[in-house]
Amino acid sequence: MKKVIVGMSTCGLSAGSQKTFDRFSEFLAASPGSFELKSAGCIGMCYREPLVEVREGKSRIVYGGVTPEIADTIFNEHVKGNRIVEEHVALRMEPGQELGGSEAPHQKNQVRIVLRNCGLIDPESLDEYEGVGGYQALRKALLDMKPDEIIKVVKDSGLRGRGGAGFPTGLKWSFAAAQKSNVKYVVCNADEGDPGAFMDRSVLEGDPHSVIEGMIVCAKAIGAHMGYIYCRAEYPMAIRRLTIALDAARERGYLGSDILGSGFDFDVKIKQGAGAFVCGEETALFQSIEGKRGMPRIRPPFPAEKGLWQKPTNNNNVETYANVPWIITNGAAAYAAYGTEKSRGTKVFALAGKVACGGLAEVPMGMPINDLVFKIGGGIKDNRKFKAVQMGGPSGGCIPASLGHTPVDFESIPATGAIMGSGGMVVMDDQTCMVEMARFFLDFTQNESCGKCTFCRIGTLRMLEILTRITQGEGKPEDLDALKKLGAQIHESSLCGLGQTAPNPVLTTMKYFPEEYEAHIRDKRCPAASCTALVDFVIDPEKCTGCTICAKNCPVEAISGERKSAHTIDTTKCAKCGKCITVCTFGAVYKK
Amino acid sequence: MITTAARNEDFSYRLWRYDGAPGELIPLLQSAQDHFGYIPRRAISYISDVTGVPESEVYGVITFYSQFRLQPMGKYVIKACDGTACHVQNARMIIDTLEDELGIEVNGTTEDGLFTLSTVACIGCCSLAPVMMINDDTHGRLTPQSVRKVIREYRRRENAERSRAAASCGETAAR
Repeated sequence: MKKVIVGMSTCGLSAGSQKTFDRFSEFLAASPGSFELKSAGCIGMCYREPLVEVREGKSRIVYGGVTPEIADTIFNEHVKGNRIVEEHVALRMEPGQELGGSEAPHQKNQVRIVLRNCGLIDPESLDEYEGVGGYQALRKALLDMKPDEIIKVVKDSGLRGRGGAGFPTGLKWSFAAAQKSNVKYVVCNADEGDPGAFMDRSVLEGDPHSVIEGMIVCAKAIGAHMGYIYCRAEYPMAIRRLTIALDAARERGYLGSDILGSGFDFDVKIKQGAGAFVCGEETALFQSIEGKRGMPRIRPPFPAEKGLWQKPTNNNNVETYANVPWIITNGAAAYAAYGTEKSRGTKVFALAGKVACGGLAEVPMGMPINDLVFKIGGGIKDNRKFKAVQMGGPSGGCIPASLGHTPVDFESIPATGAIMGSGGMVVMDDQTCMVEMARFFLDFTQNESCGKCTFCRIGTLRMLEILTRITQGEGKPEDLDALKKLGAQIHESSLCGLGQTAPNPVLTTMKYFPEEYEAHIRDKRCPAASCTALVDFVIDPEKCTGCTICAKNCPVEAISGERKSAHTIDTTKCAKCGKCITVCTFGAVYKK
Repeated sequence: MITTAARNEDFSYRLWRYDGAPGELIPLLQSAQDHFGYIPRRAISYISDVTGVPESEVYGVITFYSQFRLQPMGKYVIKACDGTACHVQNARMIIDTLEDELGIEVNGTTEDGLFTLSTVACIGCCSLAPVMMINDDTHGRLTPQSVRKVIREYRRRENAERSRAAASCGETAAR
């Protein structure tokens, strides 16, 4: 029987997949038993949502952009008639055949380890997870392996922490394992706070059991009996699916006491974050689980020695744990075969921003940035010019297009001044102003600074003030030196990663795009036509239909023109409030 | 609307069930916020009494996390995303449009108590940028026009509901 699988992650739902699902439900109600209807997590092609897969045996046809109308066609042609609707096929996976469909060029260079089950199985069904070999790694680890054997496999695989710092995972586990304590904790950091990153959300929504399985294997390795998943409250669906997965795992004996008859006890609780970026820092995260203000503390003692509630704790992020079951099942060598010498395995990247095909991509470590942007991401939207990628969120930096050959791994990316980060990759084109980008990130870190260290609390504010002034055309030549000096001081004098890396976005943009800073300061001009104070608002006479709505809404009466003919803005009167852009139905008003 | 099982529990039940386990302060506050829509003065007192955490410390935790609010919120809480991906795709314009359509500024609530507007650093739907969340529903690929349409749709639905409620009240009264 054919299976119809609708992608129902947050990204799919916001693109309208509920309506598509409902349409298929109607078909099913009309002819019960004619096909099986399922939902699945995100397959990664967010730009083609809503996605619908028609699966029969091993043949999988994924349709993209499925509106309820296209759903009608797919049902009549494919589900009932066995005729594939070629014009909507995004991916075609058939046994013994090469990957086909319009999106194949973007997909074929990917290697799916972390995302192995995302989009393949129903994340709310433990049966389906077991059907693809789920909890086999746990069985092996609990029944056939000693803790030091598990740690050895993880060490040999070369897996490094996927949260950003890239600390070798096996080594980290061995520290916690070496501690003599009858109470230890396993913590999963699911507080994915970097704006522009959504890998962890997709894994939690698409394959929550793989994370739980990874955590149990870790618990066995270090000798912990209690675990916490600290998930941000902005991800309601991830929390819901995790809750379902934990209940199911507990019911089937994968969690609780005497797991699989091995005599080993372990359970996991979900802790919801309450909206504080700094809680992604591990010592702050522990404070938050303990119910306090999430403020980082001095290390050492490191968490392996004194972590949550002063007990030995191992903390990894979602993606790291999701790798573990695959490594245990397939062996360290299979994992280490991917990637570069020092950065083994694969990494999931969240491609977003001005890239044509935004979504998730899992690739072997060491792929050049250009390949990610052009081969996997399909290049820049509207064929504009590639300017930079921003990696590592507010702690990272902007890597210019001229360094597009840089391989993405834990050695090469930091050499550019950016950081690997958790995998967010925001692509920028020639319409993105780098000074404004730096101001944006500083505004973010300034807001999120917990306030403990003076340089982070006040230094970032001073930097923000300077950058705001520059974007408003009131920059002074000496501002650049002041920014560099403050940046160095903040880096030196902050306790945690948030403060130490806060100046990165400013310093990297100053390093790679000095001409943009100069244009703002010296010429009072924004080359990307983005900073409102430095641009003029104009109306495109081609697009303007003369509907008069902009003129009616202009608070300073700067817009004039006859009904049904193109309008113009008097720049001497214009207050640059932007109201005209927000009311224009035809997108005719733009900044120049 | 998706609420997790843990948070579905009633606030007073959670308070009553509190057994002195450490680390329960934030879940209690979250449950209070779900129950009241914000954290009223009296909830701080209840929580402080039950947990033994001084009121000043409870207040300190509330003000540290951006999720907690000390003022009542609208029936629909709009979180306009201003994360990196949305920001480079003109999130500012979407926020301007929301402010204009609702007649309030960011962090304000409309007079009819229907909408509260806030911004959020990232909701993880970057490939559908710019996006916003209204309660737990996500709306993506926004333009100024589609934003106005969405808000008007919520208003229209709300008005229809209100007039239906008024009509049924009238019927009962007539009987």
